[in-house]
Amino acid sequence: MSAALIQCQDVWKSYGKKEVLRGLNLQVESGRIVGLLGPNGAGKTTLLKLLSGLLQPEQGMVLIEGEVPGCATKSMVSYLPDKPYFADWMKVQDLIELFEDFYADFDRMKAEQMCAVLEIDIRRKMKTLSKGTKEKVQLILVMSRRAKLYLLDEPIAGVDPAARDFILSTILNNYNPDGTVLISTHLIADVERILDEVIFLQNGQVIRQELVDNLREKERKSVDGLFRDVFRTKSYEGGEFSC
Amino acid sequence: MDWRLDDSRPIWLQLQEQLTRRILSGHYPPGEKLPTVRELAAEAGVNPNTMQRALAALDAEGLTITNRTTGRVVTKDEAVLEGMRACLARGIIEQFYESAAELGYTKEQALELLKRRQNL
Repeated sequence: MSAALIQCQDVWKSYGKKEVLRGLNLQVESGRIVGLLGPNGAGKTTLLKLLSGLLQPEQGMVLIEGEVPGCATKSMVSYLPDKPYFADWMKVQDLIELFEDFYADFDRMKAEQMCAVLEIDIRRKMKTLSKGTKEKVQLILVMSRRAKLYLLDEPIAGVDPAARDFILSTILNNYNPDGTVLISTHLIADVERILDEVIFLQNGQVIRQELVDNLREKERKSVDGLFRDVFRTKSYEGGEFSC
Repeated sequence: MDWRLDDSRPIWLQLQEQLTRRILSGHYPPGEKLPTVRELAAEAGVNPNTMQRALAALDAEGLTITNRTTGRVVTKDEAVLEGMRACLARGIIEQFYESAAELGYTKEQALELLKRRQNL
C-alpha cells in the first residue's frame, strides 16, 4: 500500500470525441499545498471533477486514500467548483446550515467567524452579494471543513487583489495541516509563495511535478517565469495551444 | 519589517536570510522566543513547510535553539552571533569589490574610494 493521498494511473477522459485526459499519471502526498497549473483546456477542471467524484474516468484508476471517489471519499474531500452552484435565493446562513447538515467535519463557528471578519452579513441572500463576495462565501464554506483533501478550482480568479490576499491567507491559516490542498489556477505569481509543489498539466498529461523551491533552484526563475517559458515554446512548435 | 521575496531564488533561502538579519539587528533579541512556524508563515504569506525549512536552517547554524518545552529561541551565544555578523559583512564587502570591478576599479582603487568617502 502506498502512502500517497491521491493516486491516478493511466486515466483517460473525453467529452465526445475530444480527449481531455490522456493517460494521466499522478501521485500527491498528504500535508502539502499543491498548485495544479496548465494552459486553458489542459484538463485541470476535469481532473478535479474526477477526484471529487463528479465524473468517472473511461479508463484507468483514480484513488483517494486507496478508495474510488464516491460516498466514502466525499466525507474527506472538500471541493470548490469553478462555478458557483448555490441557489441564489438562499441566505448565507442557510448555506452554513446546509453544510452543517451534510458534513460531519464542518465547523460552523469557524465559518461564522470568517464571515464576521470579512463583514459579510449572513442574513443576506446570495443573489444580493457581489460576484467576489459570493466567491468568498463559497471558499469560507469549503475551508471550514476539516478535510483530508481540499480541491480548489480557480479560487482567486474572480476577485480583486486585496481579496486575493485574503483568500490565500484563509487557505494558509485554515487548511488542515495533515491534509492536502490542490489549487488549480492561471494566476501563478499570486499563489506561488504558498505552494509546496507544482504540477504542470498539458494535453491531459502531467509534464512536470516538482517542489517549488527545488524548481526555483534548478531553473533559477520563478514558477510563473518557467510556466511562461514552457508553454510559450510549445505553442511555437505548432501545438494546439495558443497561449 | 517587511518580508521581501524575489523571483529567482528558492523562497526558503530568502526567508532564512531575512530571519538571520532580523536576529542580528535585534528585531529578535538574544534569548527571545521566535513566533511559531505558522505565525511566521502567515506573516510572510508563505507555505508553513517552506518557513519550517528556513527555521531548520537557522537551527543548523546555531542561531536558534529548538527546545521541546520552550519552543524556538534566539541563541545567547555571542560567538555564534558575532560569527554570523562577520560572515554577512564579508559578503557585503565582496559585493562592493565586485561592483567596483564592474566599473573598472581595482581592489586598491576601490578601497581608496571608500577611504576618501569616509573622510568627507
